[in-house]
Amino acid sequence: MIRFAELYNDLDSTTKTNEKIAAMVRYFAAADLSDAAWATSFLSGNKLRRLVPTSLLRGWAAEQARIPPWLFEESYQAVGDLAETFSLVVPPGKTTTDESLTHWVEHRLKPLRWMSDEEQHTAVLRIWNETPARLRLVVMKLITGAFRVGVSKRLVTRAIAMHAGIPADVISHRLMGDFVPSAESFASLIDPEIQDTVPSKPYPFCLAHPIDNEKGPEVLGDASEYLAEWKWDGIRGQVIRRSGQTFLWSRGEELMENRWPEIESAAESLPDGTVIDGEILAAIPGGAVLPFAQLQRRIGRKKVGKKLLAEVPVVFHAFDVMEHRGEDVRSLRFVDRRARLDELLRSIDHPHLSATQLIDGESWNAWADIRTTSRQRYAEGLMLKRKDAPYDVGRVRGTWWKWKVAPYTIDAVLIYAQKGHGRRSGLFTDYTFALWDDGQLVPFAKAYSGLDDQEIRKVDQFVRQNTNDSFGPVRSVTPTLVMELAFEGLQRSGRHKSGVATRFPRIVRWRHDKRPQDANTLADLLELLPED
Amino acid sequence: MDGLVSSPTSLFRPFVSPIDLQLHVSRPAFNHDRSFEAGRVDVSFAPLLRPTSSGLYCDAGDFYVDPTRPVDRAVVTHAHSDHARWGCRRYLAAAASEHLLRMRINDDAEFQFLHYGESISIGGVRVSLHPAGHMLGSAQVRLEHRGKIAVVTGDYKLQRDPTCQAWEPVRCHLLVTETTFGLPIYRWPSPESVRDEINAWWRRCREEGKCCVLYGYAVGKSQSLLAGLDTSLGEIYTHGAVEKGTQAYRDTGVDLPETRYVGSMQGKRDWSGAMVIAVPSAHGSTWMRRFGRVSTAMASGWMAVRGSRRRRAMDRGFVVSDHVDWQSLLVAVDQSDPETVWATHGYTAAVARYLNENGRKADALDSGGRREGDEDAAADAAEPAS
Ligand SMILES: [Zn+2]
Repeated sequence: MIRFAELYNDLDSTTKTNEKIAAMVRYFAAADLSDAAWATSFLSGNKLRRLVPTSLLRGWAAEQARIPPWLFEESYQAVGDLAETFSLVVPPGKTTTDESLTHWVEHRLKPLRWMSDEEQHTAVLRIWNETPARLRLVVMKLITGAFRVGVSKRLVTRAIAMHAGIPADVISHRLMGDFVPSAESFASLIDPEIQDTVPSKPYPFCLAHPIDNEKGPEVLGDASEYLAEWKWDGIRGQVIRRSGQTFLWSRGEELMENRWPEIESAAESLPDGTVIDGEILAAIPGGAVLPFAQLQRRIGRKKVGKKLLAEVPVVFHAFDVMEHRGEDVRSLRFVDRRARLDELLRSIDHPHLSATQLIDGESWNAWADIRTTSRQRYAEGLMLKRKDAPYDVGRVRGTWWKWKVAPYTIDAVLIYAQKGHGRRSGLFTDYTFALWDDGQLVPFAKAYSGLDDQEIRKVDQFVRQNTNDSFGPVRSVTPTLVMELAFEGLQRSGRHKSGVATRFPRIVRWRHDKRPQDANTLADLLELLPED
Repeated sequence: MDGLVSSPTSLFRPFVSPIDLQLHVSRPAFNHDRSFEAGRVDVSFAPLLRPTSSGLYCDAGDFYVDPTRPVDRAVVTHAHSDHARWGCRRYLAAAASEHLLRMRINDDAEFQFLHYGESISIGGVRVSLHPAGHMLGSAQVRLEHRGKIAVVTGDYKLQRDPTCQAWEPVRCHLLVTETTFGLPIYRWPSPESVRDEINAWWRRCREEGKCCVLYGYAVGKSQSLLAGLDTSLGEIYTHGAVEKGTQAYRDTGVDLPETRYVGSMQGKRDWSGAMVIAVPSAHGSTWMRRFGRVSTAMASGWMAVRGSRRRRAMDRGFVVSDHVDWQSLLVAVDQSDPETVWATHGYTAAVARYLNENGRKADALDSGGRREGDEDAAADAAEPAS
């Protein structure tokens, strides 16, 4: 467990991708199969179901620290992370023996769920007595179900691949879907011999790189080596048809069942041994794409009623094929895959399953002109794909590029406001926005324009009624309003608390549909940074 | 402010949080004034000591302790610029702070220095200074008038520090204590264990061919860090502001390892394996480029919390503080055994409420006070980065 806590600390204290991978590889090399499996599971974002109510933990911590409950809460406010507050406030314990991660999970953590309050109390105090601050932080993160550390599933995959000496796309494929941690599951994850044929298993998605709007697509080389299609604002999905069954996966590796009946029924007509990649869009079958706001009405619905089905029909816009006639075709050139996709979809001719349209242009200038019409079509811009590239895993540079109209957008929370000048003087029009970082809102950008006069008046009224504190001309308000911000550019910066400088931030729209806790995190913003 | 926002790539409009600006540019006592208007001023210890918008004031002796703006007569606890303000006519401070103070304060001021324990009378008030353990020459100010004793701690710590005299408890009726780290989340590791961590980091960087850059406040923190370094590991270099402070320490008679001023190094050189001590504002600046591959670390009490550590965007954070943590704050209050405590700077309200609930009368003097970044701002403002 000490080693796992060290891994956590290493991952937590660096922002450099290579160091994170190196730390994980070191861990996998030293850990036994079962520990490696649990580490894989936790690092990939899986959690133990909640083990002990946090209200009890807070009370016991205050008791141990000999402080009143209000002071524990005050401390939590200052730290912004509950597990860390437990690690700091409760006097440090002493490690007696170093049990394995698996032992901890199976014998000390999981059993907590079935204990009475009294037994939990005893068990938790014993844990606290046996853990110094750093170790306790990780244990409490597991107990409170808040184990998050800045690694993406892709990084974990790369580390396992490096450790096992197997290509990352194989590991990635094996990790898709449910990974149940055990020595056996990890052994087969890194086994170079195994061939796996589970019908529901999806392929890892190929991801696109953003094109820097400042530089334009010219840096990609010759336009004749690329094909272009619209970049739609929908839900990325993978349709699988194997052994007479249909599976629809989201990019977040979730099986979406019963949520898109039109698409599931369309997929019935696909031949067995077919896997296609595409975008779920709200659209009139065979006609125009509807705004994203329409699609939002269906997102999150587990069951869709007749009325909504009629009002917001959806279409699967397929843009690639990974498996064709039972064969993995990802290594074929894009133009060849595309030809197979077109032929396949022509043969079934279903209104809810169609191939995306390729855009004629074939010169950067022509595409630049066409791109300016993106907004009218409810598209986000263009996708540029290399004709001769295979279907890559993850965000491999150079095969797929997204050339967005507004390349960077993020949902942020308004935390400070200041009165503006000129036409709008007297109204609160200058806003400071923040993103979440480990339970705290970290300011990262100021934005002025983007709202209409009526919205500005509403925000102004909100600021006046929700001011918590004033610092000179600056009002600090209760974090409530969420706005979508767009920028022209992003750059790392050591001078900013957030670590990122934004270029020309502006408000795109007021997200009335989002609560402050739904806003993006600092990590999401960092994801947008062009890779070093 | 220009210095803060100037950027090598001017295309990017650097974002500075307006709240931070408020704290960095000037530190107006924005919360003091409010509390005075609200009539919460504690005058129970006047004419010995009372809070005013210019700082703590002694009516009987007509002087201020650590005034926040220029006054006629100032008794200062230590040479940090947020305590020893520029522009007063007369200063009284501890003898050991003389070199540091003269380095920072205008020469035409009138200085008077006292040895620890030595006392003088100002307008019938007996004034003496006692070690605070915060940095070289830092003092607690003891005032006695008509049988009432007040002690102002200034900044202080209870942990060992080879570069200054250790804190001593002074019994009093009124204790004015700082509460910068006055929450139970702050629990300092032993100085020895942190010293070992820092040297282990240096050793590892040396093996990896990197240059260590360790950030601390120019005066006080830098020198206590310096004193803990294992000189067998390599050469130690200093940022200009740190070098100046270090010189003042040496002039006072503190024995410190040999250092070389970065600015005096000519030509291109190999910095791998070296240790550079610099002020935090140098982080990410062009000044850093010369060092090639570096590993950066911040030494500060704020590093106890991960969020602060990460926001610094440094490779390491070492928990080294020159202030009291929660436990030592309680010990100090116990040993000084005052009737009344005034809490100032930092978590004043929490400390006052806790003490009150535990049977000691306490008030929060200000609710704003010191926040993270504040102290470096003060240190940086006094010493231009070079
Ligand atoms: Zn100080």
